[in-house]
Amino acid sequence: MVELLQPFIDMFVDVAPIVLVLFGFQMLVLRQKIPHLKRVIIGFILVWIGLTFFIVGLEKALFPLGKIMATQLTSPAFIGNNVGWGGYYWVYIFAFTIGFSTAIAEPSLLAVAIKANQVSGGWIKIWSLRIAVALGVAIGIALGSFRIISGVPIHYFIISGYIIVLMQTYFAPKEIIALAYDSGGVATSTVTVPLITALGLGLASTIDGRSTLIDGFGLIAFASLFPIISVLAYAQIANYINRRGKDAL
Amino acid sequence: MKKIIFAFSKKLLASVQDLAPVFLVIAFFQLLVLQQSIPDFGNIILGTVFVLLGLTLFVYGLNLGLFPIGEALAFAFVKKGSLIWLLIFAFALGFGTTIAEPALIAVANEAGSVARLGGIIQTDSQLLIYTQMLRYTVATSVGIAVLIGVLRIIKGWSLTHLIIGGYILVIIATIFAPENIIGIAYDSGGVTTSTITVPLITALGVGLSSSIRGRSPMVDGFGMIAIASLFPIVAVMIFGILW
Repeated sequence: MVELLQPFIDMFVDVAPIVLVLFGFQMLVLRQKIPHLKRVIIGFILVWIGLTFFIVGLEKALFPLGKIMATQLTSPAFIGNNVGWGGYYWVYIFAFTIGFSTAIAEPSLLAVAIKANQVSGGWIKIWSLRIAVALGVAIGIALGSFRIISGVPIHYFIISGYIIVLMQTYFAPKEIIALAYDSGGVATSTVTVPLITALGLGLASTIDGRSTLIDGFGLIAFASLFPIISVLAYAQIANYINRRGKDAL
Repeated sequence: MKKIIFAFSKKLLASVQDLAPVFLVIAFFQLLVLQQSIPDFGNIILGTVFVLLGLTLFVYGLNLGLFPIGEALAFAFVKKGSLIWLLIFAFALGFGTTIAEPALIAVANEAGSVARLGGIIQTDSQLLIYTQMLRYTVATSVGIAVLIGVLRIIKGWSLTHLIIGGYILVIIATIFAPENIIGIAYDSGGVTTSTITVPLITALGVGLSSSIRGRSPMVDGFGMIAIASLFPIVAVMIFGILW
């Protein structure tokens, strides 16, 4: 129980700024009473307790789980000795599957997909967009794992990714650009981020010659860059099909 | 009371749904591919229960308190018509939501302990300063990003130009940043935009663009998250250069 007490105090400090911002602006600048004050206070207490449990649970479950998966998938007993980067194919498959499945299930992505469907007047399909984002996340994390295993510096990939995004932006339908840029940040949720971070750190610490500090981070960056590319690509394809369909009529 | 329990169990079910794909994939790999046992299984189960319970309470509390006030405030400031106050609010909103973002807390802690292992920080008190400074750096940069996002909607700046500018800044910062911060910096972009930040920032963007003539909430309302996930990358690299 003592184990839980310290995080509770820490989390209070973390929740305090947002409480101060909202209450402060409401009362000092707008000079209005807060509606449903009792409910709001209960809400903040629940946020505080929930955040504490979440962070403690994270340290107990999600971080260890990600590291265990990384260790077991790369252990010589599983893949054999002295394999090159190609020998780690189960890591890539795992990275791809975990990226795809978490992105497909992401609630905020669904909300964005519904809005995108409305913006486009229907030519962007909700399910196709979700699959495009999920594929982007999956390919991103798989490629990111390859980078950790092969030891190629991260900025080569990220800067190439930026260049691809800029070229796509030039050709993509205008209405979709802002949405595509946003989809990168939306696809990685509170649950996915710690697990994937742990996977990267686990990979970097088990593979010879990799440093956790230099190679361990970066998977989230891949997971937020590649959906931009896949959504822009999907928008171009969908737009093309849409136009061709109209021409045929 | 009955109503609360019903609503809560509904939210709990939603959290289970969020976590289900993660556990299905891990179970599949454990049972069929790896066929190894998980060490310390009891603790992981306990931790998972904590994550489920914590996430549910957290989201439930957000919907009860933070989101309604945040959205109402965003609309009120847009209506108030004072640009200075709107910008101050935009910065404070970006800063406050990011500091409380669970994913950022988790990753900053992890970055701190890895930096400790790597010998960049020596003492426990330095570790605390490092993680806190990292989070405040990210939060400040998200605050600036939201402020610029608001200005963009008001002035009608092109998002593409802002993003290109951001990319160029990232590339320049990468050249000067120490190697050990680059990965963390690139990650911090995707980490910040999560459970609390996305709904509130989106509310501000959509509210603003629907109240200004000639702006469409659908087209101009988006893009805020993109700016908010680009600025922290540059800020964290500057943090790495200065540390």
